[in-house]
Amino acid sequence: MPLIPVILWTDALVFVLIALALGFGIYAAHHEHLRAPWRRVLRSPVGMVTLLVLGGYALIGVFDTVHVRLKLETSASTAPDAPAQYAPDVMSLLDLALNDLRTQQEKTYSAPFATHLFVKEAIEQPDGSLNRAYSRLQFGGRNLHDADAERAADIATRTLIGALKGLIAWAFVSAGWLWWLARRRGESLTRVAAEVRAGQTALPWRTALITLGVLFLLGFIAAELAASYHIFGTDKVGEDVFYQTLKSVRTGLLIGTLTTLVMLPAALLLGIAAGYFRGWVDDLIQYLYTTLNAIPGVLLIAAAILMLQVYMTNHADEFTSVVERADLRLLFLCLILGVTSWTGLCRLLRGEALKLREVEYVQAALALGVGHFTILTRHILPNVMHIVLMTLVLDFSGLVLAEAVLSYVNIGVDPTMNSWGNMINSARLELAREPVVWWSLAAAFSFMFILVLAANLFADVVRDAFDPRLRTVH
Amino acid sequence: MGVYVLRRLLYAVPILIGVNLLTFVLFFVVNAPDDMARMQLGEKRVTPEAVQLWKQAHGYDKPLLFNATTTGIAQFTDTIFFDKSVRLFAFQFGASDDGRNIGADIAQRMWPSLAIALPVLIVGLAVNISVALGLALLRATYVDIGSVVVLVALLSISGLFYIIGGQFVLSKLLHLAPISGYDTGLNALKFLVLPVLIGVISGIGAGTRWYRTLFLEEISKDYVRTARAKGLSETRVLVRHVLGNALIPILTGVVVVLPLLFMGSLLTESFFGIPGLGSYTIDAISNQDFAIVRSMVFLGAVLYILGLILTDFSYALVDPRIRLQ
Repeated sequence: MPLIPVILWTDALVFVLIALALGFGIYAAHHEHLRAPWRRVLRSPVGMVTLLVLGGYALIGVFDTVHVRLKLETSASTAPDAPAQYAPDVMSLLDLALNDLRTQQEKTYSAPFATHLFVKEAIEQPDGSLNRAYSRLQFGGRNLHDADAERAADIATRTLIGALKGLIAWAFVSAGWLWWLARRRGESLTRVAAEVRAGQTALPWRTALITLGVLFLLGFIAAELAASYHIFGTDKVGEDVFYQTLKSVRTGLLIGTLTTLVMLPAALLLGIAAGYFRGWVDDLIQYLYTTLNAIPGVLLIAAAILMLQVYMTNHADEFTSVVERADLRLLFLCLILGVTSWTGLCRLLRGEALKLREVEYVQAALALGVGHFTILTRHILPNVMHIVLMTLVLDFSGLVLAEAVLSYVNIGVDPTMNSWGNMINSARLELAREPVVWWSLAAAFSFMFILVLAANLFADVVRDAFDPRLRTVH
Repeated sequence: MGVYVLRRLLYAVPILIGVNLLTFVLFFVVNAPDDMARMQLGEKRVTPEAVQLWKQAHGYDKPLLFNATTTGIAQFTDTIFFDKSVRLFAFQFGASDDGRNIGADIAQRMWPSLAIALPVLIVGLAVNISVALGLALLRATYVDIGSVVVLVALLSISGLFYIIGGQFVLSKLLHLAPISGYDTGLNALKFLVLPVLIGVISGIGAGTRWYRTLFLEEISKDYVRTARAKGLSETRVLVRHVLGNALIPILTGVVVVLPLLFMGSLLTESFFGIPGLGSYTIDAISNQDFAIVRSMVFLGAVLYILGLILTDFSYALVDPRIRLQ
């Protein structure tokens, strides 16, 4: 095999998360009361659009989560039956797919779509004298002979080719989608197509296909252009900003989801126990979360991360690679963010369990002598799951934003890790340059903005669909 | 009333003890003082003598909990736990790792923090409540729906963007205010305008949306229908009845953060170079000054609990249905 898989800690948790989501999806599909709210989410055009956008991000994140180590080329001198050697650096599938972007480094800053460096360099002339000029980029627009004259035309052609490819791919996907719809309904393809075009379907398929079309167009155009330009420019050490931005997607998604996931068992157990058993159990658990809540979140995170740094400097030999260390720090950050944010969920669950405890069917179960464990798992737990789900969705966007702030304060993810926070942190002083280097900031902020906006809008739709109280208000 | 105050204050004691124990475990048990010394001294191979010297200079050379070398009460007081943790209860913060008096620093730096945080809170409240009230008046119109989308977009923008963008546009391009810095007395005003403005703008999205929801929830209640049935105009209903009642959750939400205003904002202060507690904390974090971080954790917890107690009182003051017992 030319590669061996590597599973980092966070990868394992992502796989657990995906398995949980799939399991829940299959379970929910067979239970009408669970399916109904999700159908409401999908019926809303906003829900459909944001779900597709989030799906696009998730796809990038998942590709970046499957890690492998490549097999090294065996030289002629090694015996043919010698054990295979694998490269020490851990790569993700996304790294392999974007190999050109990753390796095509320039010397330093260059603007988006530039063919020349952003700063002047001393270039040695044929006659031996030095001349300060903007030298040509090694990779940006390298296929052009006369960069200034041909660039605009080249960009336009590539955009057109990308758009065409995107349209063709989109046409295939839409056709397949319509065919599947027609088959499921047992109607003719033309009729289903007409219905979708008129927007008369129960689920907003027209909106979905248009969104998909926009995503395909943008994706294919970006891919086509990125093949020969740095579409978001390059940073101080010449790394492609587009590549950094795409790599940061995984970090943002992980912080947003794993934080809630890792603290979920504790919040569920303690919150339900406090509400269900009351008495001294309740007092103790309330004391615990009030105490944790009393410490300002940023300071608790700062203290914990400082301590982690002390530990890591003193036990440097325990980590085999930089990637592994950065990964453990990310996991730890999720944990500590979870410690500061689980108290809200715990309080909500406690309140709900207090209410559910007095409900007739729980009282009946108690009177019939059903054990506490069975009551908790059969009657209470399924009835609080919608709170868990809503917390997961509502907290997501806040956590993505928090990552950027924490990385700015240097208590976020490892400085070697790609994240929007680290991009902003390293680029913010460049606004003081003349002329301004704006592209790193712009790329990081806009990718983060689209993700957070989609997550916020999606969270609103989910909340409206799951919270019957809110539905009556509007 | 007096008994209630006393009980609430007593209730705060175990929480503070808990916070104290937690920070003690975090700072001294997870990593021994030796590790801290090695980290601070920075070199890979640090001699045990250097570690010993550093610990002595910073008062970390005592046993953690129990000192067997002395007698009597000193067995417990001559320890790291007593020196570094118990003394916090008397607000004796001790010296920072570079030898400055933390207590004096905090007393001096909390005022600039307050000078930013208080105007942001007051102006922000005024702006958010008026906009939200306007949206409640125009509810379910295109103006309202469009504004809600704008609000969601506003709250999806990173706080860092507001600061960086605001500094860039208002200071660098338009030269309306100095980019950063601070001065004493009235001269501080020109340095305060920009951070306060940016603080207010970055809070509009979340604040206004939240207050709009509060107003809409209040509008659907029975007494509002009664007021309308009496023939009151919609504006009068909103301002006299809805606003008055919605102020209760708004007020309690504000009171709980009042004491924490002293702590300042980490981002704003470090970007604008305000010598407040927020930038103090940031500097401590980047210098890995454990003594300051520890003190700020404790101070933050004290202020948070103070906020909780004040919230209870304010509830009783504004809502006649609630009595303190």
